[in-house]
Amino acid sequence: MKGGNLKVGLFVPCYVDQFYPQVAIATLQLLEKLGVEVVYPPTQTCCGQPMANSGFAHLTGGCNELVTRAFLGLDYIVCPSGSCTLHLKEHLHSDTLPSAADHIRGRIYELTEFLVDVLHVEKLDAYFPHKVGVHQSCHGQRGLHLSQMTELVAPVFSKPGKLLNMVEGLELVELDRTDECCGFGGTFCVAEEAVSVKMGKDRVADHLKHGATYITGADMSCLMHMEGILRRARSPVQVKHIAEILNQAR
Amino acid sequence: MSESFWAPGATHAELAEAFNQNEARVNWHDETLWWVRQKRDRMARSVPEWELLRETASQIKEQVLSSLSEYLEQFEAQATLNGVQVHWATDADEHNRIVHGILKEHGVDRMVKSKSMLTEECHLNEYLKEQGIDVVDTDLGERIVQLAGEPPSHIVLPCIHWKKEEIGELFHQHLGTPKGNADPPFLTHAARLALRKEFLARRVAITGVNFAIAETGEFVVCTNEGNADMGAHLSDVHIACMGIEKLLPLREHLGVFLRLLTRSATGQPITTYSSHFRKPRPGQQMHIVLVDNGRSQQLSSDDFRGSLKCIRCAACMNTCPVYRRSGGHSYHTAIAGPIGSILAPNLDRKQYADLPFASTLCGSCSNVCPVKIDIHVQLYKWRQVLVKDGYVAVGKKLSIEAMNYTLSHPGLYRFGGKVGRWFMRTMPWLVNNRLNPWYKQRDMPTPTKQSFGEWYKANRP
Repeated sequence: MKGGNLKVGLFVPCYVDQFYPQVAIATLQLLEKLGVEVVYPPTQTCCGQPMANSGFAHLTGGCNELVTRAFLGLDYIVCPSGSCTLHLKEHLHSDTLPSAADHIRGRIYELTEFLVDVLHVEKLDAYFPHKVGVHQSCHGQRGLHLSQMTELVAPVFSKPGKLLNMVEGLELVELDRTDECCGFGGTFCVAEEAVSVKMGKDRVADHLKHGATYITGADMSCLMHMEGILRRARSPVQVKHIAEILNQAR
Repeated sequence: MSESFWAPGATHAELAEAFNQNEARVNWHDETLWWVRQKRDRMARSVPEWELLRETASQIKEQVLSSLSEYLEQFEAQATLNGVQVHWATDADEHNRIVHGILKEHGVDRMVKSKSMLTEECHLNEYLKEQGIDVVDTDLGERIVQLAGEPPSHIVLPCIHWKKEEIGELFHQHLGTPKGNADPPFLTHAARLALRKEFLARRVAITGVNFAIAETGEFVVCTNEGNADMGAHLSDVHIACMGIEKLLPLREHLGVFLRLLTRSATGQPITTYSSHFRKPRPGQQMHIVLVDNGRSQQLSSDDFRGSLKCIRCAACMNTCPVYRRSGGHSYHTAIAGPIGSILAPNLDRKQYADLPFASTLCGSCSNVCPVKIDIHVQLYKWRQVLVKDGYVAVGKKLSIEAMNYTLSHPGLYRFGGKVGRWFMRTMPWLVNNRLNPWYKQRDMPTPTKQSFGEWYKANRP
């Protein structure tokens, strides 16, 4: 592990902060276990994506300034969400501190890509004796290339898959459609409620069909959507963010 | 077909919700198109240089768009030398009037048409019907939706939303096939027999154009049924209608595009017929109608120009998880799906303001696109344009502004989060009700006592 002298800022998505604090705690603990010094700037709120994807990118100046100021002068920024990471990578800018925003755009990593590409993690002390299905969030996969995309004629790889294979007792299940969208899509989930739910039901069904007892992924927003569907169906299957699994010791 | 097929003002979300009333049908529609997507994947993987082909095609189309006026003039000059009459149409109306003019000149009141999405875009059939001219669509799928009085729901598979049993019933009513017979070869044969009469009786044939070659003035029409050839070869007058973006600079570029088109579209190595038309046969008249209809406008936009690279393969529709579960008609425009959603707002921002939002921005469309159009990026950019232009519901605008205000003020955000979670814990009925679209078919996340920020403050002082 090369975490020893790195100072990393933890960016916690707003809905994770409010509804899934255990995901941020697991991320923090996991990074610390790997020898990384982690700071959590308290003035952060949101990456701005909910507004921008709804067509209101012109309103995101406030969020952009908050992010830029909160993460000034850090080696890396790590976020347990492919979607928020991608949004900041593509759209973060600042009128008052433009070079600081540029720096953040180049230094922000989604958690699993940080573990694989920066820390070069080859071994994890984690134990999770369950059958797990991996949901590839679109922004993490097609945006950040956390895994190869089935549309392309190119070699197969998966950063989340590589990490999950280091977890003792964990069995990954194969899916019929390995990278189809779950239908969350930000405000799409309410604006296009019918299609959103249908997409989510179909994704969940694929995991259930192959015997998964947990569904994991690098984006809690997709998992929140699928969790809502699982709970409504009174399914015993649970969702767990990948950070929680990687941080799960025996 | 006309906009009148759709209820005025109906949005994609409303039409998609109606489509989802029959879940078994949604499953069938989804699986049928997913099967096409899988065929496309297998076919793409059989070409080791697939990604290089896509990149090459993209660059050729970029080149075309960067010098479109020169290529158009070269094409017109070559086609004219070949003995073809070239017409220019600024918009759909002019296109329709040009076609009608040619028909009138020949005293013709009936004609055959092979599949052309451009004529769908221009609503040619309705226009000609109003002028008293009878048009018979000769592509099997198009003929089915024409008999049913519907527009196509897919640009390559026009009747993909129809089950074979329903087609059997439709043919029973219109073509007199035995009731209850839904055997596809039988129905195809019945349609062929009926269409054969039309082919023999009609003197004018309209075809679309897949590719037009600036170098030679020729054009290529790709079909699986051969109906374009049948129509064109039997007719005294052949009218080919094309959007101005259909050009390729050189004939050799067909070697790139013909390899990509059908592999992307249906997962076939090539269409059964790739017919090259260069000049009229002796005694025949050949016309080409070059149609702008908003394309120059799109060309002038740096953000949206790339949409004109489209070769109408429909791979983006087959892969789109939203399209597969909402059906082509939910897009209420001639060209549905992701590509339609970035083309339509250019024609009418108000009418199609909902379409760029009918997507999760998953990006699968851009990955299958054989000419590498950044479709999902353009969907995002259209959202910004449409909101800035005011095509957004007041309620949505206010709620986004309120959300943004909260998220722009950390103190308010922390306070609001705490209060919100307290209400959700103590009075769950405030959110667990039918006014909350999330709750209609999904449970809400469990509100925690402590946010991460609060936990951090307490545990990492």
